[in-house]
Amino acid sequence: MLRYVIKRTIQMIPLLFAISIVIFTIIQAAPGGPEGTLLDRGMFVDPAAIDAYRAKLGVDEPVVIQYFKWLGAMLTGDLGISFQTQRPVFDMILERMPDTLRLMGLSFIVAAIIAIPLGVFSAVKQYSTFDFVATGASFVAIAMPVFWFGLMLQYFFSVKLQWLPVAGTMTVGVGGFVDQLKHIIMPAAVLSLNSIAGWSRYMRSSMLGVLNQDYIRTAHSKGLSKKTVISVHAVKNASIPVVSVMTLDIARLFSGAVITETIFGWPGVGRMFIQAMHARDYPLLMGIMMMGSTMVVVFNLVADVIYAWLDPRISYE
Amino acid sequence: MNETVTDVQDISLAAEGIGVQLRSNAKITWEKFLQHKLAVISSLFLILLVALCFLAPLIAPYEFDAIDLMNIRKAPSLAHLLGTDALGRDLLTRLLYGGRISITIGLTAALLGTVVGTMIGSIAGYFGHWVDNLLMRLTDLAYSIPTLPLIIVISSYTDTQALGIVLIIGLFSWMQTARVVRGAILSVKENEYVTAARALGAKDRLIIIRHVLPNISNSIIVGATLGVGNAIITESSLSFLGLGVSPPTPTWGNMLMDSQATMSSQPWLTIFPGMAILLTVLCVNFIGDGLQDALDPTI
Repeated sequence: MLRYVIKRTIQMIPLLFAISIVIFTIIQAAPGGPEGTLLDRGMFVDPAAIDAYRAKLGVDEPVVIQYFKWLGAMLTGDLGISFQTQRPVFDMILERMPDTLRLMGLSFIVAAIIAIPLGVFSAVKQYSTFDFVATGASFVAIAMPVFWFGLMLQYFFSVKLQWLPVAGTMTVGVGGFVDQLKHIIMPAAVLSLNSIAGWSRYMRSSMLGVLNQDYIRTAHSKGLSKKTVISVHAVKNASIPVVSVMTLDIARLFSGAVITETIFGWPGVGRMFIQAMHARDYPLLMGIMMMGSTMVVVFNLVADVIYAWLDPRISYE
Repeated sequence: MNETVTDVQDISLAAEGIGVQLRSNAKITWEKFLQHKLAVISSLFLILLVALCFLAPLIAPYEFDAIDLMNIRKAPSLAHLLGTDALGRDLLTRLLYGGRISITIGLTAALLGTVVGTMIGSIAGYFGHWVDNLLMRLTDLAYSIPTLPLIIVISSYTDTQALGIVLIIGLFSWMQTARVVRGAILSVKENEYVTAARALGAKDRLIIIRHVLPNISNSIIVGATLGVGNAIITESSLSFLGLGVSPPTPTWGNMLMDSQATMSSQPWLTIFPGMAILLTVLCVNFIGDGLQDALDPTI
């Protein structure tokens, strides 16, 4: 097991290296340097001033040198200096991280608590009204643009009913637990929606597969109650692939956070990404994308390890 | 393999004078598809919707860019069934015109992603060895960079038009197809008919196109269907962020661009384009579900 984890960890290194090249190349392909934002605004800027600005940001050097400088610094945990704020990118991401993790964490937990029972009941009561409604709802959820669902929630709960605040993490000057909870409900609902839909469908089909197995029939014939058979024998086995998919999705929640945080003015990394995009803050963009990619790669490994650990039929080799 | 056995049985039964009709594969699939009621209803609805959108110049009550300053921000009424926007443009008209672009983007981007994915997956699966290794590492690489942020950054570079959006979405949505196709090819290429074709001197390209791909077409088709919905949703997300097809050309996505600001006073401007996306993607996905059942030979 340990050897497997070490082997997989070592395999991550060339992948991360390749990712860094792709991200760097794509950002390099951007038309107009960081001075573009100034020129976009129609300001008149002295060409000499632009040259000085570029030299200061270090974008006047050859591309290859820039890449290796960036890579070298990254290996020591330095993601560069933001064009916009002149502050270390690493610090900026770290600052925004708690809010993003809070949102992602709550969404993940909510999604798991709702999706798994939903999938189990749908499978046990296959073709029942419950199954029909749950499956239909998950189809609708998947067919909805995430941001539109967020807008609809804002319209009904903030504008019409005025129950929940439109945006932000807390009311200035209030900020108690209830107040914070009120602020996070809608963003968490939006961010977890796709996961609930996806995971419950996955859990349903996994359960259906397990319920047809011989060992379930054996458990029934031993005289165990239906409840025991389902909760002990079926759910446990059916969850193995679902847990692995859920782990993979943690990294995907980050993509969702970009949109969700933007709609709800949530001051996390996702919203900072959109702000960095508008400001053409390349070091910040690269830093956030590198972080997102690393998350994908790491959770990929975690998912495989969990799968191998939970399912003894999978060999480590 | 299964089909052959059935055919032989059918023929022998027919020889015994029992009235058995030989049914072609396509006919079996079609009959199974018709049993999936939601998929059938969705197909009819989509055909109607596509027809309405593409006939928009003939049936739309107004011009899509007809500015009417006397009638700005009007709630839905008899004159404007779905209301008007900040420039007095009729929302229903714009939805019909927008649907043409959005649906076209969805179809073409999914087609592009499927073609690229199928090519990469079949080359990797068929040739194996280092080719497989190289292409699958490439797929891993493309999978590891979060797609939406990547697409957002690339679309922010230029004033994108529909073609640009199609290319961006299509070129970043092939990975799933590539993996599925590769896996399917790995299992299909061990079959005797592939060996036979090779023994007869068929070229690799011919074997892949004529013998291998038709046998894995079901997974490709289902994946492509889901890709249509995803592409429509991605286009709308990009547009919402102001990175989609630039106005004045309406798409369902860019009609939602300023919706957050106008939502409290003119909710219809947010509700209806979103509903259009929701219904379309829902129908496409139901059709995908129906196709999956219909094309699966084990059901």
